[in-house]
Amino acid sequence: MLRVCWKGAHAAARQCVCGKVKAHSLQHCRKYTTAGDSGSTAGKIVAASLLTVGGGLGGTILYAKWDPKFRANVEKSVPYSDQLFEMALGPPPPPLVPLQKKPGKIEPLQISSLSEASKESKQPKAKAKKSDPAPVEAPPAVEEAPAPQTLEGEECKDHHEPVLKERPVEEVTARLAQQDKAEQDALAALTAGLEESLGSTAKTTLQAIGAQEAALTAIAAHTNKLKDAMDSQTPPDEKSAQWKALNEALSERTRAMEEAEEALLKAKGELEKLREVINSAKQSKIDTARPQILAAEENLHSMIVDLDKVVTKVQTAQTEAKIVSQYSELVNEAKAQFQQELANITPEIQANWKGLSGKLSADDLNSLIAHAHRRIDQLNRELAEQRVREQLHIEVALEQQKLEDQKALERAVVSALEHSREDMRLEQEKKVQEVREVMEAEMRTQLRRQAAAHTDHLRDVLKVQEQELREEAQEILNSRVMEQETHYRRLTQEQLDTFTLDMNAAYARLKGIEEAIDSHVIAEEEARKAHQLWLSVEALNYTLKSAGADSPTEPLEGAVGVIKESCAENEFAQALATAIPEESLSRGIYSEASLRARFYDIRRLARRVALIDETRNSLYQYFLSYLQSILLFESEQVPPPAKLAPEDLDTFKLLAYATYSIERGDLELAAKFVNQLRGESQRVAQDWLKEARLTLETKQVIGLLSAYANAVGLGTTQAP
Amino acid sequence: MSEKELGQKWDRCLADSAIKLGTGLGLGIVFSVVFFKRRTWPIAFGTGLGLGMAYSNCQNDLRSHYVLHSKVAKVCVLIIDIIYYHVLSWSDVT
Repeated sequence: MLRVCWKGAHAAARQCVCGKVKAHSLQHCRKYTTAGDSGSTAGKIVAASLLTVGGGLGGTILYAKWDPKFRANVEKSVPYSDQLFEMALGPPPPPLVPLQKKPGKIEPLQISSLSEASKESKQPKAKAKKSDPAPVEAPPAVEEAPAPQTLEGEECKDHHEPVLKERPVEEVTARLAQQDKAEQDALAALTAGLEESLGSTAKTTLQAIGAQEAALTAIAAHTNKLKDAMDSQTPPDEKSAQWKALNEALSERTRAMEEAEEALLKAKGELEKLREVINSAKQSKIDTARPQILAAEENLHSMIVDLDKVVTKVQTAQTEAKIVSQYSELVNEAKAQFQQELANITPEIQANWKGLSGKLSADDLNSLIAHAHRRIDQLNRELAEQRVREQLHIEVALEQQKLEDQKALERAVVSALEHSREDMRLEQEKKVQEVREVMEAEMRTQLRRQAAAHTDHLRDVLKVQEQELREEAQEILNSRVMEQETHYRRLTQEQLDTFTLDMNAAYARLKGIEEAIDSHVIAEEEARKAHQLWLSVEALNYTLKSAGADSPTEPLEGAVGVIKESCAENEFAQALATAIPEESLSRGIYSEASLRARFYDIRRLARRVALIDETRNSLYQYFLSYLQSILLFESEQVPPPAKLAPEDLDTFKLLAYATYSIERGDLELAAKFVNQLRGESQRVAQDWLKEARLTLETKQVIGLLSAYANAVGLGTTQAP
Repeated sequence: MSEKELGQKWDRCLADSAIKLGTGLGLGIVFSVVFFKRRTWPIAFGTGLGLGMAYSNCQNDLRSHYVLHSKVAKVCVLIIDIIYYHVLSWSDVT
């Protein structure tokens, strides 16, 4: 049971485990199955990212289309974006150029400047740009008559930049000359123009006047003829001629009238032109042309006056002619009426009742007479009526005439006024001109007088001033001269003082320098000597080295001689040099090394003959001493004590001490110990001792000398 | 060279002793042969003679420095006598 349970549990556990495994595998399967799902999510992710990127790009492009600055920024920062933009949007918009607003104003500027130049020709205006074209264009501008009037209105000099800077004098004078010339030219042109226009106007006016007079005569003739024609007292055959002449006269008149009209128009045109020219001339404001202008004006005025007179004459003639024509018309009308009535009454009768007389019958005549009587009655009645209405008519006519007269009077008055006004104006202008001239002349004389007075006054004042200034200047000059002199004296004195000081100082310095140099020389001498001494001592030292193993050095004579020479006046060195033992001078000394080596021989020998002295010196003693030396064992080197006790005076001990010393390089101590040997040992060591003594002595002297030389050298070396 | 002196002395000594010994021996032998019928005693005598002479010579040579020679000795004795006399006389005066 338990086992079964156990098994079951095991199985369950196994199953559990397997299940877990299965679950795992399931999970894996699930994972495998969800791979497809993950694929879709991946697809979603990809799609989302693509959308975002596309959206970003599209947004950028749209915004770049809207904002060119942004486009430029992006093109700058992102490479190849400009190609993309070009592809998508087209080429970038061109950069904004500042609009040219100036040229529009240059035209009026030029014209205004021209007008200014023509108006204020004498003012030097600092328009460097426009200055040159201005005077050149001034003369032609003057010619343009209508231009200045229109240009005056365009005062647009407020617009352009007032670049005022002063032009140089030459330019100004050149400008003035140019302007004068321009004026002259203008004047000449003006006068020429005036004369021309005057001439032409005069011609036309004369023509007009002639035409008008011709018209007048024609009208007068016509009127007369008409009157004559109206006047029925002339014979009938002449009447036809009269009427023909009348027609001719009429045609003549009309022609003359037309011509007159034409001429008048032309003259009026010319006069207008002349007036305009005069006005323009007046506007040019050239003073010298004024009398000419005045004359032209007078001419114009006179021409106008004549023309008007003639015109009025023609008009009066015309009115007369009108009246006469009216009368003639009336007469014609009456005649026509009469004829009509006659025709009504006698229809057979021909219209032309002139040729009526030979063709009338009695009826006709009777009817005619009856008609005539009736007509006479009618006419009488009319006459009576007319007489009645005469007064009214006369009044009316008078009124009319008055009115017309008034009108004419007015017109005449007006024209006369105008003429008189013109006359007056011209007179005034003439008078003004004269007065001006007179005044100018007077002013000139006055100015001349004043100038003369002024020059006199100036002369006097200048004389006085000159005097004063001269005195002042003289005073100033004197004071200055004095000042300068004192200054100069002071300066020279100062200079002398400074010079003396400098000289003294220089002299002192020179002296100092000399002394320094001398001391230097001395010092250098000393140094040289010291150096030499040192060198010779070094040479001596060097010669010491020339000792061979067993041979002595070279004789030190030479080196010592050199030393003696080099320090001839140095007592110490001399003493030292003389203190060197003779032997070393003549024969040289042994080196320490050789002495050392020799010492060992000495030591051996001394040990062997240690027992031998004056008392014991037999051969047997020699043998005993030799035996002792063999049998005695002692240390080779024993450090010597500070003080020697009597028991230390034993040969062997002494030798040990000496060996020790010599091993330590202390030849002196060794020599001292060796010196203490007695007996045969002493005899044996005698030579060695002598040599050692010699060497030591020489070395001592040389050491002293070298120390001395060093000291002297140190003393003479100058610290840097 | 004072140290060589001893060596030289010894050389002399030895050479001398060799000669003397040789000569003694030779003479002894000769005398023994010639005069004394080949008895050993002349050889010994001659050798001994030679040796003794050599020894004595050697010794003398070696101690020659210490032995006062006559003139030197006399001068020294004379000087010493004068000194004594003066000393004595001065002591007598005082």
